[in-house]
Amino acid sequence: MKRRTRDQIAARVALDIPEGAYVNLGIGLPTLVANHLPRGREIFLHSENGILGMGPAPAAGAEDWDLINAGKQPVTLLTGGAFFHHADSFGMMRGGHLDICVLGAFQVSAGGDLANWHTGAPDAIPAVGGAMDLAIGAKRVFIMMEHQTKSGESKVVRQCSYPLTGVACVSRIYTDLATIDVKPDGLHVVDMVEGLSFAELCGATDAPLIAQHAPAL
Amino acid sequence: MINKIVASVADALAGVRDGATVMISGFGGAGQPAELIDGLIEQGARELTIVNNNAGNGDTGLAALLKARRVRKIVCSFPRQADSYVFDELYRSGQIELELVPQGNLAERIRAAGAGIGAFFTPTGYGTQLAQGKETRIISGKPFVLEYPIHADFALVKALKADRWGNLVYRKAARNFGPIMASAAQCAVVQVDQVVELGALDPEVIVTPGIFVQRVVCVPAHIARAVA
Repeated sequence: MKRRTRDQIAARVALDIPEGAYVNLGIGLPTLVANHLPRGREIFLHSENGILGMGPAPAAGAEDWDLINAGKQPVTLLTGGAFFHHADSFGMMRGGHLDICVLGAFQVSAGGDLANWHTGAPDAIPAVGGAMDLAIGAKRVFIMMEHQTKSGESKVVRQCSYPLTGVACVSRIYTDLATIDVKPDGLHVVDMVEGLSFAELCGATDAPLIAQHAPAL
Repeated sequence: MINKIVASVADALAGVRDGATVMISGFGGAGQPAELIDGLIEQGARELTIVNNNAGNGDTGLAALLKARRVRKIVCSFPRQADSYVFDELYRSGQIELELVPQGNLAERIRAAGAGIGAFFTPTGYGTQLAQGKETRIISGKPFVLEYPIHADFALVKALKADRWGNLVYRKAARNFGPIMASAAQCAVVQVDQVVELGALDPEVIVTPGIFVQRVVCVPAHIARAVA
Protein backbone atom coordinates (compact mmCIF):
# COMPACT_ATOMS: atom_id res chain seq x y z
CA MET A 1 0.00 0.00 0.00
CA LYS A 2 1.28 3.44 -0.94
CA ARG A 3 -0.07 6.53 0.75
CA ARG A 4 -1.05 9.50 -1.39
CA THR A 5 1.47 12.32 -1.36
CA ARG A 6 0.22 15.81 -0.54
CA ASP A 7 0.16 16.58 -4.24
CA GLN A 8 -1.80 13.41 -4.94
CA ILE A 9 -4.37 14.38 -2.31
CA ALA A 10 -4.59 17.81 -3.93
CA ALA A 11 -5.06 16.22 -7.36
CA ARG A 12 -7.83 14.00 -5.94
CA VAL A 13 -9.63 17.08 -4.53
CA ALA A 14 -9.24 18.90 -7.86
CA LEU A 15 -11.14 16.08 -9.61
CA ASP A 16 -14.25 17.06 -7.63
CA ILE A 17 -14.19 20.77 -8.53
CA PRO A 18 -16.38 21.36 -11.58
CA GLU A 19 -16.34 24.07 -14.24
CA GLY A 20 -17.92 27.29 -13.00
CA ALA A 21 -17.47 26.57 -9.28
CA TYR A 22 -16.75 29.41 -6.84
CA VAL A 23 -14.06 27.98 -4.57
CA ASN A 24 -12.07 29.09 -1.54
CA LEU A 25 -8.82 27.24 -0.88
CA GLY A 26 -7.75 27.55 2.76
CA ILE A 27 -4.25 28.43 3.89
CA GLY A 28 -1.66 25.64 3.89
CA LEU A 29 -2.24 22.25 2.30
CA PRO A 30 -5.41 23.29 0.38
CA THR A 31 -3.51 25.92 -1.65
CA LEU A 32 -1.85 22.98 -3.46
CA VAL A 33 -5.21 22.20 -5.11
CA ALA A 34 -4.80 25.24 -7.39
CA ASN A 35 -1.84 23.54 -9.07
CA HIS A 36 -3.99 20.56 -10.05
CA LEU A 37 -7.08 22.23 -11.49
CA PRO A 38 -7.25 21.11 -15.14
CA ARG A 39 -6.21 23.76 -17.65
CA GLY A 40 -9.17 25.08 -19.58
CA ARG A 41 -11.64 24.48 -16.77
CA GLU A 42 -12.96 27.89 -15.65
CA ILE A 43 -13.05 27.98 -11.86
CA PHE A 44 -13.40 31.10 -9.73
CA LEU A 45 -11.01 31.21 -6.80
CA HIS A 46 -12.16 33.36 -3.88
CA SER A 47 -9.75 34.85 -1.36
CA GLU A 48 -11.44 36.07 1.82
CA ASN A 49 -9.44 39.30 1.98
CA GLY A 50 -11.49 40.47 -1.01
CA ILE A 51 -10.69 38.81 -4.34
CA LEU A 52 -12.67 36.73 -6.85
CA GLY A 53 -10.83 35.41 -9.87
CA MET A 54 -7.54 35.03 -8.04
CA GLY A 55 -4.69 33.87 -10.26
CA PRO A 56 -1.36 32.17 -9.54
CA ALA A 57 1.69 33.72 -7.90
CA PRO A 58 3.39 36.44 -9.98
CA ALA A 59 6.81 36.06 -11.54
CA ALA A 60 9.70 36.98 -9.24
CA GLY A 61 10.08 40.75 -9.23
CA ALA A 62 6.44 41.36 -10.26
CA GLU A 63 4.98 41.12 -6.73
CA ASP A 64 2.33 43.68 -5.81
CA TRP A 65 1.82 43.84 -2.04
CA ASP A 66 -1.68 45.27 -2.48
CA LEU A 67 -2.57 42.03 -4.25
CA ILE A 68 -2.11 39.23 -1.72
CA ASN A 69 -4.05 36.12 -0.73
CA ALA A 70 -5.39 35.12 2.67
CA GLY A 71 -1.97 33.70 3.52
CA LYS A 72 -0.54 37.17 2.74
CA GLN A 73 1.46 35.86 -0.23
CA PRO A 74 1.49 37.85 -3.50
CA VAL A 75 -0.94 36.60 -6.15
CA THR A 76 -2.33 37.83 -9.47
CA LEU A 77 -5.81 38.68 -10.74
CA LEU A 78 -7.29 36.83 -13.71
CA THR A 79 -9.00 38.78 -16.48
CA GLY A 80 -12.54 39.33 -15.20
CA GLY A 81 -11.51 39.22 -11.55
CA ALA A 82 -12.95 41.60 -8.95
CA PHE A 83 -12.13 43.24 -5.62
CA PHE A 84 -14.55 43.91 -2.75
CA HIS A 85 -14.49 44.76 0.95
CA HIS A 86 -14.37 42.31 3.85
CA ALA A 87 -18.05 42.38 4.79
CA ASP A 88 -19.02 41.54 1.19
CA SER A 89 -16.36 38.86 1.07
CA PHE A 90 -17.65 37.08 4.15
CA GLY A 91 -21.23 37.66 3.00
CA MET A 92 -20.32 35.54 -0.02
CA MET A 93 -19.55 32.67 2.36
CA ARG A 94 -22.24 33.13 4.97
CA GLY A 95 -24.82 33.85 2.29
CA GLY A 96 -24.20 30.45 0.69
CA HIS A 97 -22.79 31.80 -2.58
CA LEU A 98 -19.52 29.91 -2.40
CA ASP A 99 -19.82 26.40 -3.85
CA ILE A 100 -16.80 24.73 -2.26
CA CYS A 101 -14.25 25.50 0.35
CA VAL A 102 -11.22 23.30 0.97
CA LEU A 103 -9.72 23.39 4.46
CA GLY A 104 -7.06 21.60 6.46
CA ALA A 105 -7.94 19.99 9.78
CA PHE A 106 -6.64 18.64 13.07
CA GLN A 107 -9.70 16.39 13.40
CA VAL A 108 -13.03 15.63 11.72
CA SER A 109 -15.72 13.72 13.63
CA ALA A 110 -18.15 11.06 12.42
CA GLY A 111 -20.89 13.71 12.52
CA GLY A 112 -18.90 16.12 10.36
CA ASP A 113 -17.70 18.40 13.16
CA LEU A 114 -14.47 20.17 12.27
CA ALA A 115 -11.54 21.11 14.54
CA ASN A 116 -8.84 23.11 12.78
CA TRP A 117 -8.19 26.40 14.56
CA HIS A 118 -6.80 25.74 18.02
CA THR A 119 -5.06 22.90 19.79
CA GLY A 120 -6.49 24.10 23.08
CA ALA A 121 -3.01 23.94 24.66
CA PRO A 122 -2.95 26.35 27.63
CA ASP A 123 0.10 28.28 26.38
CA ALA A 124 -1.14 28.54 22.78
CA ILE A 125 -2.17 31.99 21.57
CA PRO A 126 -5.53 31.47 19.87
CA ALA A 127 -6.03 32.75 16.32
CA VAL A 128 -9.10 31.93 14.25
CA GLY A 129 -9.09 34.15 11.16
CA GLY A 130 -11.77 33.11 8.68
CA ALA A 131 -11.80 29.41 9.62
CA MET A 132 -15.16 29.45 11.40
CA ASP A 133 -16.79 31.52 8.65
CA LEU A 134 -15.50 29.19 5.93
CA ALA A 135 -16.50 26.08 7.85
CA ILE A 136 -20.16 27.00 7.90
CA GLY A 137 -20.23 29.26 4.85
CA ALA A 138 -19.65 27.18 1.74
CA LYS A 139 -22.26 24.88 0.22
CA ARG A 140 -19.76 22.02 0.43
CA VAL A 141 -16.79 21.87 2.80
CA PHE A 142 -13.96 19.59 1.71
CA ILE A 143 -11.29 18.64 4.24
CA MET A 144 -7.82 17.77 3.10
CA MET A 145 -5.47 16.24 5.65
CA GLU A 146 -3.24 13.35 6.57
CA HIS A 147 -5.32 10.43 7.84
CA GLN A 148 -3.24 10.12 11.00
CA THR A 149 -1.04 12.34 13.12
CA LYS A 150 2.72 11.89 13.03
CA SER A 151 2.38 9.66 16.11
CA GLY A 152 -0.20 7.51 14.33
CA GLU A 153 -3.44 8.69 15.93
CA SER A 154 -6.49 8.85 13.69
CA LYS A 155 -7.64 12.34 12.71
CA VAL A 156 -11.03 10.95 11.66
CA VAL A 157 -12.56 10.55 15.09
CA ARG A 158 -15.81 9.66 16.88
CA GLN A 159 -15.78 13.01 18.71
CA CYS A 160 -13.30 15.86 18.30
CA SER A 161 -11.04 16.36 21.32
CA TYR A 162 -9.74 19.70 20.00
CA PRO A 163 -11.90 22.85 20.18
CA LEU A 164 -14.47 22.93 17.37
CA THR A 165 -14.38 25.24 14.36
CA GLY A 166 -17.85 24.28 13.18
CA VAL A 167 -20.58 21.78 13.98
CA ALA A 168 -21.69 19.18 11.39
CA CYS A 169 -20.19 21.25 8.58
CA VAL A 170 -17.92 18.83 6.67
CA SER A 171 -19.11 17.27 3.39
CA ARG A 172 -16.14 15.18 2.28
CA ILE A 173 -12.72 14.19 3.68
CA TYR A 174 -9.65 13.60 1.50
CA THR A 175 -6.69 11.91 3.16
CA ASP A 176 -3.52 10.11 2.15
CA LEU A 177 -5.44 6.84 2.59
CA ALA A 178 -8.99 7.44 1.39
CA THR A 179 -11.82 9.72 0.33
CA ILE A 180 -14.74 9.68 2.75
CA ASP A 181 -18.21 11.24 2.51
CA VAL A 182 -19.91 12.58 5.64
CA LYS A 183 -23.58 11.62 5.48
CA PRO A 184 -26.38 11.69 8.04
CA ASP A 185 -25.97 7.95 8.70
CA GLY A 186 -22.17 8.08 9.04
CA LEU A 187 -18.91 8.09 7.15
CA HIS A 188 -19.03 6.43 3.72
CA VAL A 189 -15.80 5.41 2.05
CA VAL A 190 -15.71 6.71 -1.54
CA ASP A 191 -12.30 5.40 -2.54
CA MET A 192 -9.09 4.06 -1.00
CA VAL A 193 -5.48 3.91 -2.12
CA GLU A 194 -4.45 0.83 -4.02
CA GLY A 195 -3.48 -2.14 -1.89
CA LEU A 196 -5.35 -0.96 1.22
CA SER A 197 -8.15 -3.18 2.48
CA PHE A 198 -11.30 -1.83 4.09
CA ALA A 199 -10.31 -3.64 7.30
CA GLU A 200 -6.91 -1.93 7.27
CA LEU A 201 -8.55 1.47 6.70
CA CYS A 202 -10.89 0.83 9.63
CA GLY A 203 -7.85 -0.09 11.71
CA ALA A 204 -6.31 3.31 10.95
CA THR A 205 -9.53 5.18 11.71
CA ASP A 206 -11.06 5.95 15.09
CA ALA A 207 -14.56 6.67 13.74
CA PRO A 208 -16.67 3.85 12.32
CA LEU A 209 -16.67 3.64 8.52
CA ILE A 210 -19.24 2.36 6.05
CA ALA A 211 -17.85 0.47 3.06
CA GLN A 212 -19.16 1.57 -0.30
CA HIS A 213 -18.25 0.26 -3.68
CA ALA A 214 -14.74 1.44 -3.01
CA PRO A 215 -12.65 1.18 -6.14
CA ALA A 216 -8.93 1.59 -5.83
CA LEU A 217 -7.72 4.75 -7.60
CA MET B 1 -16.07 75.47 0.73
CA ILE B 2 -16.07 71.94 2.11
CA ASN B 3 -12.53 70.68 2.38
CA LYS B 4 -11.78 67.52 4.37
CA ILE B 5 -8.12 67.54 3.35
CA VAL B 6 -5.89 68.34 6.33
CA ALA B 7 -2.32 69.52 6.09
CA SER B 8 -0.51 66.91 8.14
CA VAL B 9 -0.74 63.53 9.82
CA ALA B 10 -0.68 65.35 13.17
CA ASP B 11 -3.73 67.43 12.17
CA ALA B 12 -5.45 64.27 10.98
CA LEU B 13 -5.06 62.68 14.41
CA ALA B 14 -6.01 65.65 16.57
CA GLY B 15 -8.43 64.74 19.34
CA VAL B 16 -7.69 61.03 19.83
CA ARG B 17 -8.19 60.69 23.58
CA ASP B 18 -6.83 58.20 26.09
CA GLY B 19 -9.16 55.21 26.23
CA ALA B 20 -10.46 55.72 22.68
CA THR B 21 -11.49 52.84 20.41
CA VAL B 22 -9.53 53.07 17.16
CA MET B 23 -10.10 50.89 14.11
CA ILE B 24 -7.12 50.37 11.81
CA SER B 25 -7.66 49.11 8.26
CA GLY B 26 -5.47 46.58 6.54
CA PHE B 27 -4.89 42.89 6.09
CA GLY B 28 -1.23 42.23 6.65
CA GLY B 29 0.52 45.18 5.02
CA ALA B 30 -2.16 45.69 2.34
CA GLY B 31 -4.29 48.68 3.27
CA GLN B 32 -2.43 49.37 6.51
CA PRO B 33 -2.17 53.14 7.08
CA ALA B 34 1.44 52.99 8.27
CA GLU B 35 2.01 56.76 8.52
CA LEU B 36 -1.21 57.29 10.49
CA ILE B 37 -0.16 54.58 12.95
CA ASP B 38 3.26 56.25 13.33
CA GLY B 39 1.38 59.52 13.83
CA LEU B 40 -0.78 57.93 16.53
CA ILE B 41 2.35 56.84 18.39
CA GLU B 42 3.62 60.41 18.24
CA GLN B 43 0.21 61.80 19.17
CA GLY B 44 0.53 59.90 22.44
CA ALA B 45 -2.98 58.62 23.28
CA ARG B 46 -2.91 55.71 25.74
CA GLU B 47 -5.16 52.91 26.97
CA LEU B 48 -6.47 52.44 23.44
CA THR B 49 -8.75 49.68 22.23
CA ILE B 50 -7.57 48.72 18.75
CA VAL B 51 -9.71 46.92 16.17
CA ASN B 52 -7.72 45.29 13.37
CA ASN B 53 -7.66 41.91 11.66
CA ASN B 54 -4.24 41.12 13.13
CA ALA B 55 -2.12 42.19 16.08
CA GLY B 56 0.91 43.58 14.30
CA ASN B 57 3.89 42.21 12.42
CA GLY B 58 7.56 42.73 13.11
CA ASP B 59 8.44 46.02 14.83
CA THR B 60 6.58 48.50 12.63
CA GLY B 61 3.03 49.79 12.24
CA LEU B 62 0.59 48.27 14.70
CA ALA B 63 3.38 46.26 16.36
CA ALA B 64 5.21 49.52 17.11
CA LEU B 65 2.04 50.96 18.68
CA LEU B 66 1.78 47.87 20.91
CA LYS B 67 5.48 48.07 21.74
CA ALA B 68 5.01 51.69 22.82
CA ARG B 69 2.44 50.33 25.34
CA ARG B 70 -0.44 52.44 24.08
CA VAL B 71 -2.90 49.58 23.70
CA ARG B 72 -5.04 48.18 26.53
CA LYS B 73 -7.13 45.83 24.41
CA ILE B 74 -7.11 44.44 20.89
CA VAL B 75 -10.12 43.12 18.99
CA CYS B 76 -8.97 40.93 16.10
CA SER B 77 -9.32 37.59 14.33
CA PHE B 78 -5.74 36.46 13.82
CA PRO B 79 -3.18 37.76 16.34
CA ARG B 80 -0.68 34.91 16.15
CA GLN B 81 1.67 35.04 13.17
CA ALA B 82 5.24 34.12 12.47
CA ASP B 83 6.39 37.66 13.29
CA SER B 84 3.82 38.77 15.90
CA TYR B 85 6.38 38.60 18.70
CA VAL B 86 5.51 42.01 20.17
CA PHE B 87 1.89 41.00 20.71
CA ASP B 88 2.85 37.47 21.81
CA GLU B 89 5.03 38.77 24.63
CA LEU B 90 2.45 41.30 25.87
CA TYR B 91 -0.30 38.67 25.75
CA ARG B 92 1.72 35.96 27.52
CA SER B 93 2.65 38.40 30.29
CA GLY B 94 -0.97 39.51 30.70
CA GLN B 95 -0.30 43.08 29.58
CA ILE B 96 -2.89 43.21 26.82
CA GLU B 97 -6.48 42.06 26.63
CA LEU B 98 -7.54 40.06 23.56
CA GLU B 99 -11.05 39.76 22.16
CA LEU B 100 -10.78 37.07 19.49
CA VAL B 101 -13.50 37.33 16.82
CA PRO B 102 -13.99 35.15 13.73
CA GLN B 103 -12.99 37.26 10.73
CA GLY B 104 -16.42 37.37 9.11
CA ASN B 105 -18.10 38.22 12.40
CA LEU B 106 -15.52 40.96 12.90
CA ALA B 107 -16.32 42.42 9.47
CA GLU B 108 -20.08 42.13 9.98
CA ARG B 109 -19.95 43.65 13.48
CA ILE B 110 -18.08 46.63 12.02
CA ARG B 111 -20.53 46.85 9.10
CA ALA B 112 -23.47 46.64 11.52
CA ALA B 113 -22.13 49.59 13.51
CA GLY B 114 -21.88 51.70 10.37
CA ALA B 115 -25.35 50.65 9.24
CA GLY B 116 -27.11 51.30 12.55
CA ILE B 117 -27.94 47.65 13.26
CA GLY B 118 -28.53 46.89 16.96
CA ALA B 119 -27.31 43.29 16.80
CA PHE B 120 -27.55 40.35 14.40
CA PHE B 121 -27.74 36.57 14.40
CA THR B 122 -24.86 34.85 12.60
CA PRO B 123 -24.23 31.12 12.04
CA THR B 124 -20.47 31.59 12.36
CA GLY B 125 -19.02 30.24 15.60
CA TYR B 126 -22.12 28.39 16.75
CA GLY B 127 -21.19 25.48 19.00
CA THR B 128 -17.60 26.72 19.47
CA GLN B 129 -15.61 28.29 22.31
CA LEU B 130 -15.96 31.69 20.67
CA ALA B 131 -19.74 31.61 21.14
CA GLN B 132 -19.64 30.56 24.78
CA GLY B 133 -21.96 32.65 26.94
CA LYS B 134 -23.61 34.26 23.93
CA GLU B 135 -27.31 34.18 23.16
CA THR B 136 -28.29 31.65 20.50
CA ARG B 137 -31.45 31.02 18.54
CA ILE B 138 -32.73 28.44 16.08
CA ILE B 139 -34.16 30.27 13.06
CA SER B 140 -35.81 28.23 10.30
CA GLY B 141 -34.18 25.13 11.74
CA LYS B 142 -30.64 26.56 11.71
CA PRO B 143 -28.59 27.63 14.75
CA PHE B 144 -27.38 31.22 15.10
CA VAL B 145 -25.36 33.29 17.59
CA LEU B 146 -26.24 36.86 18.60
CA GLU B 147 -23.44 39.33 17.90
CA TYR B 148 -23.29 43.07 18.61
CA PRO B 149 -21.84 45.89 16.51
CA ILE B 150 -18.37 47.33 17.10
CA HIS B 151 -18.37 51.13 17.12
CA ALA B 152 -15.23 53.24 17.14
CA ASP B 153 -14.24 56.78 18.03
CA PHE B 154 -11.72 56.86 15.18
CA ALA B 155 -10.97 54.77 12.11
CA LEU B 156 -7.55 55.02 10.50
CA VAL B 157 -7.93 53.94 6.88
CA LYS B 158 -5.67 53.74 3.86
CA ALA B 159 -7.10 54.44 0.40
CA LEU B 160 -5.60 55.22 -2.99
CA LYS B 161 -7.27 58.51 -3.94
CA ALA B 162 -9.60 61.05 -2.37
CA ASP B 163 -11.18 64.33 -3.37
CA ARG B 164 -11.89 67.23 -1.01
CA TRP B 165 -15.36 65.87 -0.19
CA GLY B 166 -13.77 62.67 1.09
CA ASN B 167 -14.91 60.36 -1.71
CA LEU B 168 -12.54 57.40 -1.87
CA VAL B 169 -11.24 54.74 -4.20
CA TYR B 170 -8.92 51.96 -3.07
CA ARG B 171 -6.22 49.86 -4.69
CA LYS B 172 -6.74 46.13 -5.34
CA ALA B 173 -7.04 43.93 -2.23
CA ALA B 174 -5.88 46.82 -0.03
CA ARG B 175 -9.58 47.79 0.16
CA ASN B 176 -10.32 45.03 2.75
CA PHE B 177 -11.59 46.70 5.97
CA GLY B 178 -11.40 50.33 4.77
CA PRO B 179 -15.00 50.96 3.63
CA ILE B 180 -16.68 49.33 6.64
CA MET B 181 -14.33 50.85 9.20
CA ALA B 182 -14.85 54.32 7.75
CA SER B 183 -18.59 53.88 8.25
CA ALA B 184 -18.31 52.55 11.82
CA ALA B 185 -16.30 55.41 13.37
CA GLN B 186 -17.31 58.82 14.68
CA CYS B 187 -14.28 60.21 12.89
CA ALA B 188 -12.81 58.41 9.88
CA VAL B 189 -9.28 59.56 9.09
CA VAL B 190 -8.01 58.49 5.69
CA GLN B 191 -4.45 58.40 4.38
CA VAL B 192 -4.29 58.51 0.58
CA ASP B 193 -1.54 58.35 -2.02
CA GLN B 194 -3.13 61.11 -4.03
CA VAL B 195 -5.70 63.91 -3.67
CA VAL B 196 -7.58 64.66 -6.87
CA GLU B 197 -9.89 67.47 -8.01
CA LEU B 198 -13.57 67.22 -7.20
CA GLY B 199 -15.12 65.47 -10.20
CA ALA B 200 -11.98 63.56 -11.12
CA LEU B 201 -13.28 60.36 -9.49
CA ASP B 202 -15.87 58.60 -11.65
CA PRO B 203 -19.08 58.59 -9.56
CA GLU B 204 -19.75 55.05 -10.81
CA VAL B 205 -16.59 53.73 -9.19
CA ILE B 206 -16.40 55.67 -5.91
CA VAL B 207 -16.22 52.93 -3.25
CA THR B 208 -16.59 55.01 -0.10
CA PRO B 209 -18.76 58.12 -0.50
CA GLY B 210 -17.53 61.14 1.43
CA ILE B 211 -20.38 60.98 3.97
CA PHE B 212 -18.34 58.31 5.80
CA VAL B 213 -15.12 60.33 5.82
CA GLN B 214 -14.18 63.23 8.12
CA ARG B 215 -10.49 63.86 7.45
CA VAL B 216 -8.11 63.09 4.59
CA VAL B 217 -4.35 63.42 4.62
CA CYS B 218 -2.17 62.92 1.56
CA VAL B 219 0.92 60.75 2.03
CA PRO B 220 2.32 60.22 -1.47
CA ALA B 221 3.33 56.62 -2.14
CA HIS B 222 6.99 57.41 -2.76
CA ILE B 223 7.20 58.98 0.72
CA ALA B 224 5.20 56.14 2.28
CA ARG B 225 7.51 53.59 0.72
CA ALA B 226 10.59 55.42 1.94
CA VAL B 227 9.22 55.43 5.49
CA ALA B 228 8.19 51.78 5.31
